[in-house]
Amino acid sequence: MSVTNYVVLAALLFSIGASAVLLRRNAIIVFMGVELMLNATNLALVTFARIHGNLVGQVLAFFVMVVAAAEVVVGLAIIVSIYRTRRSASVDDANLLKDVREPA
Amino acid sequence: MSTLATSLTGAVLAGALPASEPVGAIPATGAASGALWLILLPAISAALLLVLGRRADRWGHLLGVLAPAASFVVAAAIALQLLSAPADQRVQDVDLGSWISAGALDLHAGLRVDTLSVTFVLLVTFVGSLIHVYSIAYMAHDVNRRRFFAYLNLFVASMLVLVLGDSYLLLFFGWEGVGLASYLLIGFWNHEVDARPGHDGDHTVSGVNALENAVAAKKAFVANRVGDLGMLVAMGLLFANVGALDFGSVNAAATGGHLSQGLLTAIGLMLLLAATGKSAQFPLQSWLGDAMAGPTPVSALIHAATMVTAGVYLIVRSQAIFDAAPNARLVVVIIGAITLLYGAVVGCAKDDIKKALAASTMSQIGYMILAAGLGPIGYALAIMHLVSHGFFKAGMFLGAGSVMHGMNDSTDMRRFGGLGKHMKITYATFAAGWLAILGIPPLSGFFTKDPIIEAAFVVQDGQVWRAWVFGLVTLLGAAITSFYMSRLFFMTFEGKERWEDDVHPHESPKLMTAPMIVLAVGSVALGGILASGSRFTQWLAPVTGSHEHGEPVLPALVITIVTLVLVIAAAVLAWQRYARQPVPTTAPAASWLVQAAREDLKQDAVNDGLLVIPGTYATRALVFMDGAVVDGAVTGIARGTVAVGDAARRPQTGFVRQYASTMLLGLVALVVIVLAVQS
Repeated sequence: MSVTNYVVLAALLFSIGASAVLLRRNAIIVFMGVELMLNATNLALVTFARIHGNLVGQVLAFFVMVVAAAEVVVGLAIIVSIYRTRRSASVDDANLLKDVREPA
Repeated sequence: MSTLATSLTGAVLAGALPASEPVGAIPATGAASGALWLILLPAISAALLLVLGRRADRWGHLLGVLAPAASFVVAAAIALQLLSAPADQRVQDVDLGSWISAGALDLHAGLRVDTLSVTFVLLVTFVGSLIHVYSIAYMAHDVNRRRFFAYLNLFVASMLVLVLGDSYLLLFFGWEGVGLASYLLIGFWNHEVDARPGHDGDHTVSGVNALENAVAAKKAFVANRVGDLGMLVAMGLLFANVGALDFGSVNAAATGGHLSQGLLTAIGLMLLLAATGKSAQFPLQSWLGDAMAGPTPVSALIHAATMVTAGVYLIVRSQAIFDAAPNARLVVVIIGAITLLYGAVVGCAKDDIKKALAASTMSQIGYMILAAGLGPIGYALAIMHLVSHGFFKAGMFLGAGSVMHGMNDSTDMRRFGGLGKHMKITYATFAAGWLAILGIPPLSGFFTKDPIIEAAFVVQDGQVWRAWVFGLVTLLGAAITSFYMSRLFFMTFEGKERWEDDVHPHESPKLMTAPMIVLAVGSVALGGILASGSRFTQWLAPVTGSHEHGEPVLPALVITIVTLVLVIAAAVLAWQRYARQPVPTTAPAASWLVQAAREDLKQDAVNDGLLVIPGTYATRALVFMDGAVVDGAVTGIARGTVAVGDAARRPQTGFVRQYASTMLLGLVALVVIVLAVQS
């Protein structure tokens, strides 16, 4: 099996994740898109580690997992908190930083 | 015959005195060391009257009279002490301690008690006190009489600071104080409700407009500021080149010969500019006529004792500088000559009794400035004429006030006439002043004005034509003076009665006539007393020095006789035209010269055209520049910042997904660029 397949799969997964982040409104789904992108990256790292025959990519994949796990904890906490206060998990509703002034 | 003339003119020009130099100052002793009280008494009184306010209304005027009178007593004690002291002890200094001490700059405040300053102090406090007494009755119905007295006291105190200060800086302090007090007093009736005597709070302001009074006060102040600029520049030059401002150091430097001729001339001209402002000399004379808007006692005070005499004082006090700068002195003489003719011509055309007197003051001060400009032979003459003028002019102004008091505050001489029968005391005292200013012997004016005319005829610096020009100008001035003063006197007191039916002329109360009588006695006798035996010249010699006098181009007797003939001829002419012939109650059409003189020889038009209108346009241009350039730059920067902020605000939509796509696009763009660069 060619390594090209793995790389293509990683790219596909990354694209699906990015599309989910860009297109979906629900914060949970957006979050899932982010996870997908991270895991696509992990796949690419492991693949290239295998190709080059060193362990740097694999080690880096572990780091990404740890960071992702931490990020999930923080991110989900934020989403729950937003849902509690605003009764919505839509990212479009959380627009407090938007400039509310009429354009001059 | 010549001995008669010599004794008549008081031997002032006869060269009876040996030449002597001014003497140095010694620390004050005896009464002179209390000279500070001269200033403190009226100053404290003014402060009390202003601070206590309405609470002092009932007795304020009494305190106001007491203060300058007490000052006069102190002044008399000092004068007696100086009189009994030998000449080299007649210049004394009172040190008041360090005033401004900053690094190299160390200015001491002190008082200079010498014969010159004491002469002024006596004049200011004596005539000032009489005017204060007069004001009690004159301002009796004014609700603001206490404030009036406070300002009068302030005026006197400022003038005393001016003449007693031992440095140009302290002199300037009093100089500005006099300017402030005159501003407050000229504009005293600046309120809507007319509070003048006999007008208890009526709202129909007759004749005098409250706004015009305020404008007149402002005009006086602004014209004075122009002069003050000269004073400041002169002080700056002195400080930069001498390093001190006290008279002792400045005189030493001026006589020491270390200063260049150009510098001394510049300082002299700047001092002259200052003097023209305060003394209403050409070209800063325009404020004096308008200053008649003030109450009449104020006019008397301004014209006789304080304010306008300050310029003469300044020039005589700076004699060391002027002695060393003959060019500056020549300009002083020219200014004096122009002003004495200018004032005399204007005086001939005025129908307002106070304005005619004001023009007369301008002209007489012109005589003094001219005399001061003549240098060593003229300093004492200038001051002597100033003293006698102080008496007869104050007397005539108070007389004019008395006439106004009896004539419902009218000042129009065409509506007077024949008042001599109704106001006998005013008539008699005014006549004394009138004859004195004409220079009829043996009244004051003869002894003080005639020597000035003779001195003007003396050849100086070998310039014979100058002696003729200045001599003839003073002679002509004396003739015109005689004409307009006689015109004023005859139109007011002689001829047919021309007033309206509702006017009932009456003599003024005793409080007003008593000061007039005292001043009239002074007008009659003072000149002779001062001039006889060169008494006054000797008295001033420690300050001004005394000098051998040159011979005039004409014999002194001829000058005296020509002057008297001209004066009497002019007076007879005035009697013909204004006492024997009927005087129309409205001013008739007249030649262009008379028309111009009625408008003060177009001085206001000239000032407007040369200064006010260009000034207005310059201001407008500056306002425009301020708006377009300065403000434009500031607001332009602000607008640019706002525009950048707007542009930066647009992408902030609040949509997380949009931010994410922006990041993605940016990342893709970076990757593409990196790849493109690498390949």
